Amino acid sequence: MLRVDEAQAPVEFSPELISKFDDIVSRYPKGKQKSALLPILHLVQAEFGWVSPIAMDKVAEYLSIQHIEVYEVASFYSMYFLRPQGKFVLEVCRTGPCCLVGAEKIMDYIEEKLGVKEGEVTADGLFSWRGVECLAACGFGPVLQIGPEYTFYENLTPNSVDKLIAELKAKGHN
Amino acid sequence: MARKLLLEHINVSGINTFDVYRSKGGYASVEKALKTMSPDDVVEEVKKSGLRGRGGAGFPTGMKWSFLAKPEGVARYLVCNADESEPGTFKDRYLMTHIPHLLIEGMIVSSFALGAKTSYIYVRGEMMPQIRILERAIAEAKNAGFLGKNILGTGYDLELYVQPGGGAYICGEETALLESLEGKRGNPRIKPPFPAIAGLYGCPTVVNNVESIAAVVPIINEGGEEYTKIGVGRSTGTKLISAGGNIKNPGVFEIELGLPVEEFLYSDEYCGGIANGKRLKAVVAGGSSVPILPANLFLKTINNEPRLMSYESLADGGFVSGTMMGSGGFIAFDEDQCIVRNTWNFTRFYHHESCGQCSPCREGTGWMEKVLHRLEHGHGKMSDMDLLVDVSKKIEGNTICPLGDAAAWPVASAIRHFRDEFEWHVTNASEAVSRNYGLAHYADPLPKKEETPA
Repeated sequence: MLRVDEAQAPVEFSPELISKFDDIVSRYPKGKQKSALLPILHLVQAEFGWVSPIAMDKVAEYLSIQHIEVYEVASFYSMYFLRPQGKFVLEVCRTGPCCLVGAEKIMDYIEEKLGVKEGEVTADGLFSWRGVECLAACGFGPVLQIGPEYTFYENLTPNSVDKLIAELKAKGHN
Repeated sequence: MARKLLLEHINVSGINTFDVYRSKGGYASVEKALKTMSPDDVVEEVKKSGLRGRGGAGFPTGMKWSFLAKPEGVARYLVCNADESEPGTFKDRYLMTHIPHLLIEGMIVSSFALGAKTSYIYVRGEMMPQIRILERAIAEAKNAGFLGKNILGTGYDLELYVQPGGGAYICGEETALLESLEGKRGNPRIKPPFPAIAGLYGCPTVVNNVESIAAVVPIINEGGEEYTKIGVGRSTGTKLISAGGNIKNPGVFEIELGLPVEEFLYSDEYCGGIANGKRLKAVVAGGSSVPILPANLFLKTINNEPRLMSYESLADGGFVSGTMMGSGGFIAFDEDQCIVRNTWNFTRFYHHESCGQCSPCREGTGWMEKVLHRLEHGHGKMSDMDLLVDVSKKIEGNTICPLGDAAAWPVASAIRHFRDEFEWHVTNASEAVSRNYGLAHYADPLPKKEETPA
């Protein structure tokens, strides 16, 4: 369940963000601004870490569409977080080809290392992790990605996971 | 040495930049097409080439183009499908990462052929780095006069945009992709009308895979006739194969269609054989949706002929003893892999990715996942295999889009070819959770060059 304070956290779109929205809308014919919905939701998530109900309502108003049109899209696509996450979300591919080369062991290792279950956030607020479906990198598995730029980490081993988490921790505390 | 039409310059340093790409003959096809050919000439060359859609369906690209309606005063669109999500497939990511201008060049020539003034490349949202790469490449091409108004002074205008998806396998289906590009849930549309008549914003639209569009470049440069000289029969040209799983050299390979499967799998130029001295147990040749084959049926057809990497040879034997080229996602399974576990994994994938519109797919994939889960975890029943086949048959052909078929085929083929492994999971339930069934009688039929160490 979303906590009340999370759900009601105020959302303000900066003029810079709005100008990025405008740029995206200009790619489509007049009256087809709804096409901008998916790219705009990515920008919102990059800015706020997740897509909150208030943010979705504001996106709807910006695009002059119904609120429900944003909710149904945000809940359909797997990349949008409908609740707050850790600062870094480790998304590990869990589909067949990666499992042939040890993805399940890597997920177990990440769970043990971070001390939280899939979908939970660490106490310091820095990390969460989840299994995701095929990331189209099957020759370089196991792989994980970290948004909002979706940086890729390939051929994972427990050692490389240790190193990555240490780096992110150092970055996250700055 | 096999000919490379797409990846010839892949190792040239800086080939991802406009200047280096141009210095290697890049954008010649744009000059040739826009200055010396009519749009119909371009369509004709692509028809002649016999190019078949590289996204999975294998439908002739030129024919797809010729279906495009051209009513007066109505915009037409070309949309590139870069939603690459089929498990086992990673060729489009590779192409866009390393040689993005090849796709841009193909998009310009193809858009010209179809009369599109605005085109979109729909890239799966997870490929944000590739989206950045393409956006930079588009800016470079525009700067050099290959995009925008009055391209090369020919009077042809084209704007090209990159659109991110939101993480949904279903958006690789062309009508779901168009829904998504319109800012909606990725629910496939009922056809007809086909996108060629009513696609993006209700306008005539062609949707093509990244590799299909890239292949237009060498076809225009060298002519459709030349293209047909590579390959075998109706499998013309070259194909990118993404090879993964338990092989020595995983990666993306450009092959001439018709290459013997044995050479692809075992030669050092390609996969380099099975990793860690293990033996091959099974292969999924064209992405997770195509039927899985045991090694013995994969390397040779049922008539004991060597199998080739071509649309026809891979399909030889139909669904009884053959498979499909699909998207070229080649997954090799070694002797330590459990077919039941992998089938469960794939089915979970399809259940997760079903859009939920059609009951047979939405419900059927979930039930198959549950039954496979219990088989894999030692709680299966002997009747489960027939139950799975029954459910898969009730999905197949009964859904709006091919995701239903794609979910049904891996299950049906796994049970067809590996039924004894499934049964062993029931009769030896406690053993099955702690060890794998092993190679059994599925080994490839080739004489072994060296003995596998005990």
